[in-house]
Amino acid sequence: MKKENYTISAYTENNIGLLNRISSIFSKRHINLDSLTTSVSEIKDVYRFTIVVQVTEDQARKLVGQIEKQIEVIKAFYHKDEETIFQETALFKMASKLLFEDREIQLVIKEHIAHIVTVTPEYFVLEKTGSRQEVELLYDRLEPYGLMQFVRSGRIAITKDKMHISKILENFSIASS
Amino acid sequence: MQTQTAPAKINLKKKTVTGAEAVILCLLEEGVDLIYGYPGGAIMPVYDELYKYRDQLHHVLTRHEQGATHAAQGFARASGKVGVAIATSGPGATNFVTGIADAQIDSTPMVCITGQVGSHLLGTDAFQETDIIGISTPVTKWNCQITKAEDIPTVMAKAFYIARSGRPGPVLIDITKDAQFGSLDFEYKPCKGVRSYIPVPTTTTESILEAAELINQAKRPMIVFGQGVILGEAEDEFKTFIEKTGIPAAWTILGLSALSTIHPLNVGMVGMHGNYGPNVLTNQCDVLIAIGMRFDDRVTGNLETYAKQAKIIHFEIDPAEVNKNVSVDVAVMGNVKTTLNQILPHLIKNDYSNWLKKFKEFQTIEHETVIDSELNPSSGNITMGEVLRHINEFTNGDAILVSDVGQHQMVTCRYAKFNKTKSNITSGGLGTMGFALPAAIGAKMGAPERQVIAIIGDGGYQMTIQELGTIFQTRVPVKIVVLNNDFLGMVRQWQQLFFDKRYASTEMINPDFVTIAKGYRIEANSVSERKNLKSAIAKMLSSDEAHFLEVCVEKESNVFPMIPTGASVSDIRLS
Repeated sequence: MKKENYTISAYTENNIGLLNRISSIFSKRHINLDSLTTSVSEIKDVYRFTIVVQVTEDQARKLVGQIEKQIEVIKAFYHKDEETIFQETALFKMASKLLFEDREIQLVIKEHIAHIVTVTPEYFVLEKTGSRQEVELLYDRLEPYGLMQFVRSGRIAITKDKMHISKILENFSIASS
Repeated sequence: MQTQTAPAKINLKKKTVTGAEAVILCLLEEGVDLIYGYPGGAIMPVYDELYKYRDQLHHVLTRHEQGATHAAQGFARASGKVGVAIATSGPGATNFVTGIADAQIDSTPMVCITGQVGSHLLGTDAFQETDIIGISTPVTKWNCQITKAEDIPTVMAKAFYIARSGRPGPVLIDITKDAQFGSLDFEYKPCKGVRSYIPVPTTTTESILEAAELINQAKRPMIVFGQGVILGEAEDEFKTFIEKTGIPAAWTILGLSALSTIHPLNVGMVGMHGNYGPNVLTNQCDVLIAIGMRFDDRVTGNLETYAKQAKIIHFEIDPAEVNKNVSVDVAVMGNVKTTLNQILPHLIKNDYSNWLKKFKEFQTIEHETVIDSELNPSSGNITMGEVLRHINEFTNGDAILVSDVGQHQMVTCRYAKFNKTKSNITSGGLGTMGFALPAAIGAKMGAPERQVIAIIGDGGYQMTIQELGTIFQTRVPVKIVVLNNDFLGMVRQWQQLFFDKRYASTEMINPDFVTIAKGYRIEANSVSERKNLKSAIAKMLSSDEAHFLEVCVEKESNVFPMIPTGASVSDIRLS
């Protein structure tokens, strides 16, 4: 079976050690994470892991089964790229003199719809949000000018499908009341 | 899911206690009266309370923390209750890891409690500090560190609930020393649910009906059952199921004893050293019904050629096990006790006499080529099989047999007679040498009315031999049989078959085991001649006390049949 990008989303309780528990599911199977992001979710006190891996669909299904089996995971899903809306954010730190000495860099910023976060006499910081490809294109354009620092976030993704997490939690509170 | 249970026992009068005392009170609330452990610095406040509560909560001092976990496992497997083990931080906690991993892979309900350095010292590399939460995460069903005394009752209640519910497993609770010294108003509410955890998945009516249709239409159906039948306490339902349908049933080693070994529809063991018939016929059946088992690689052999011709039905409680190793046609989710009951009314009895005859034919071949000479040898050294034959004659299938790991384990599982459930206790998934001696101690305490016989090889015996001290101190009347071939026999067998007899580090120069047992004041005997074997076993089994018997067996015998690694179940070798 063909390996492709899968975005795994897990809705969880906020628990110390859960990150270790989830990441060990991948390391046990010798699977590298392309990216991992944790954040709050749309539900109070419920957290969300967004993990990107290059695997086969069969592997993705089994990984989700193992993740969901963990006590503090409410529900986990896997999605292909076309089933999600996803973005990454990158920050570029560059010398400020470039802005004034080479007007072309301003055009690059405009063209790539990047955003200047801060400017100091020594450096400026540029933020770009978009797909991996869009970020990489900008990187390729800016790299020749000299990057003082570069960092890119993990993927965050919203699915086109509904997740029904609130329903699961609602059912539990009805059953236990 | 509406749960109908008796009103929770709630202490109306709250009592201010220390965290350490709360740990004991929680155990008592959960009905625990026996725990296994080893004291040390970071768990001393709890031990101090154990001293005060010694009339209500009995503590068994093992000789190593690993022994405490295996004893707790043996207790759990024999009694069906949650086993409890307790140890200190650092090395005490890390010595737990093997037993926890064993309990995880064999689905044994166990709660392990470890002490931890004071919370202000966490992360400072303090004396006997180790990150046991981090270390135990991949091998626990759940784990949790407690740093505040007031969290103890809720976390302990959750620990017991998680350990015993759904597919059972081990839970580790790590309690910092300041949490043990701290105080709280004690109130205990048993845990009834965790919102992110569904212990038993919902069974769909469609799955029941689809499974019933496949079963009813089958011409050559075969059942493979595992420990799920025992853990789900579904032995009666399972027996009714096979008797109503007349379908032959084979078992995995953890399923052994869920069905009497002399039941006419019990066709033996599947897997690497299982019986000839059920292995070969796995690749001839038209419907394979897997009940409470997980298609371990030792059961399936090469997956590419495993039961490809068959429709497969999987009765299973753990959704992550379905379609993990083997793709199935129908998955019936739920506790097998419930699902077997649900499917029963839809099933009809069919005539499978020609199909059953095939099992008989293979059985005859296996008897002639392997079994008869193993059980009834007329010359040569004592075989492992004939030891089992004599034990069977005396126990009539009523005893609990606790085996270790290796050739003797396969022989025990192949030849032991059982007519009661929870009788075969062995380390299945992890294959932990050293399991049997401490597990037998726990098994005897978990089922004191039953005869408990540990059957161990000379290698595994020496991995936890210090637990003879626990037997000496507690006077627990377990019987210990060491089948001594002066070799790490299973590894030697592989070296003979697959490594041109290069016996790298498998020969053992062994001590005088009888003298060692006698040093612990345990009655001990050794036999090496056939004519003395029966009376030595009789003497051991008639003793009311612990008894050690060394049987010097044939040094270089092999366990057959055998499915070589990577081969198909139907390519099982008889020699």
